[in-house]
Amino acid sequence: MIFLKLILTNLRRHRIRSFISVAGISFSVAAMLTVVTILQGAIGMFSGILSSDSEIIVFERNVSDLFFSNVPTAAVEEIAKWSMVSHADPVLFGIVSSANHPIITCFGVTSTDARIRKATWIAGDRFAYSQHADDVVLGERAAEFLGAKLNDHVPIGHGVFHVIGILKTANGFEDGGVFMPLSSAQSFFHKEGTSSVITIKLRDKGDATLLKSMVKTKFANLIALEDVEFTRSYSQFRILKATAWAVGGCGLLMGGLGVANTMIMSVFTRIREIAILRVNGFSHLQIAAMIFGESAVVSLLGAGVGLMTGICLLFVLKLVPALHGYVDVTIQPLVMLIVIMLALLTGIAGALYPAVYAMRVRAVEALRFE
Amino acid sequence: MNLSTTPASGSAHIVLRAVDVWKSYDDGAIEVLKGVNFEAIEGQTVALCGPSGCGKSTLLHLFGGLDASDRGHVSVNGIEVNRYRNLLQLLRHEVGFVFQLHNLIPDLTLAENCLIPTVAAGIDRHVALARLQQLADRTGLTHRLGQCIQKLSGGERQRTALCRALMNKPKILLADEPTGSLDEHTSGTIFELLLDIVATEGVTLVIATHDRVLAARCDRLLEMHDGRTYEPVHA
Repeated sequence: MIFLKLILTNLRRHRIRSFISVAGISFSVAAMLTVVTILQGAIGMFSGILSSDSEIIVFERNVSDLFFSNVPTAAVEEIAKWSMVSHADPVLFGIVSSANHPIITCFGVTSTDARIRKATWIAGDRFAYSQHADDVVLGERAAEFLGAKLNDHVPIGHGVFHVIGILKTANGFEDGGVFMPLSSAQSFFHKEGTSSVITIKLRDKGDATLLKSMVKTKFANLIALEDVEFTRSYSQFRILKATAWAVGGCGLLMGGLGVANTMIMSVFTRIREIAILRVNGFSHLQIAAMIFGESAVVSLLGAGVGLMTGICLLFVLKLVPALHGYVDVTIQPLVMLIVIMLALLTGIAGALYPAVYAMRVRAVEALRFE
Repeated sequence: MNLSTTPASGSAHIVLRAVDVWKSYDDGAIEVLKGVNFEAIEGQTVALCGPSGCGKSTLLHLFGGLDASDRGHVSVNGIEVNRYRNLLQLLRHEVGFVFQLHNLIPDLTLAENCLIPTVAAGIDRHVALARLQQLADRTGLTHRLGQCIQKLSGGERQRTALCRALMNKPKILLADEPTGSLDEHTSGTIFELLLDIVATEGVTLVIATHDRVLAARCDRLLEMHDGRTYEPVHA
């Protein structure tokens, strides 16, 4: 109890300094949580597009980005015939632009694709999809920012398209995207005879290994991965995740420097007290534990406040119409645990030098310190 | 003539011994102690008198293991003090310090300040609280145990420091000008209390003081000058 009071004493004594340190850590934690959660949400959404009513994704081997992947239509047709395949849907990804909107994701899909079949159609008839080459279906958010209604003609890229439907999905990418008949998309993006990926639903999930093996044998330049494998191995996702953690890590590093500064000041201002504790039998380890304890309290307080701030921020971001579907407020316990541990580690790292300094305080000299 | 090696009683147990202790500062430029020899027996009260800067505090620091001598040996109960594990054992169980400035932690209460040595030594809280109550009764601080240090008078603070120093039942109490910052009346009261408690507890007291009247009430009085201790020669 007294040891805890000794830890808390200095934090109470210099409230503003303690507050600034806690704020530094909490801002870092909030930033890390927000960035990581948003990016993981984005990755989850992109994975969701690929795994919509499917378990396997087939794409061109060794491409850095699925937008550059080319899967021949012949491969789609052959794989669709395999006995273990329930259905195989080709999807062509493209980036288009319109006035004031430089980037709109475009999905070239067939009328039987789950993205068309299972979406909630706000306007239009899904059975009209793919009747004409210049028909498009807009996601709800795309319709909003393009200011388009059913039967409008909207300029997209170098063409003008007829809006035959507006659909709503839970996925931000899809909601902000444009759906074109596959053949129209192939023509529009000059990718005749190819798609970016094939998403495959199996009759029996246990056949996944067999299908992967068959793809490898039959199509040397293609690769088949289960959704989980793809999410784990896709380089773009890895880069995004690494970036998120790096950005958060930089924030925590700043927070850690704040803690280090606070702890150094703390040790300098209580050097006489440290000497008194030494004279009264405190060991080096007990002195260090006191300093580390102080930084741990700052870090954990900062982590707690930061987590709450981050969660509130994510909820607010979720309410922003422009970000609808992009922000997933589902915070994974593992992410929270990692963030807390990183904050704690940062605090401890920040207290390393001050603790060593405090351990080296010579009582006889420090007692003369005014 | 260095006479301070002569203890008060020939057959009594020597608890504190210094043999040919030298200490200098600034790489030897300032020689403070020049071959001090000292012995104190169990329960004895020894006063060190001398002008400022003569080395009284330095000698007490060496006795308590707070500083290391350049040469010579200091031992408590026959154990060399300047080795780490012995030093912790020494500070936790063998010696207690009282300084001129009370050196209490202002944000803690009187009781909490007194309990610090027991926390350091890992002494059971119930045992520690019983000991605190005993010492508080002896020093008249019982009614002030929950008070913050800022609310205590100078005399109460020094009595608190005395309680803290005696919490772990040390065998030696090293007091460095314990009454130096108090008025004459309070100073006399504290000194009386100090002598009374060390006598009751059987503690060996080594006290550095300017006050020769108070020093004369100890079992032995040693003069310090020219880096050595001397028994005063009475006419």
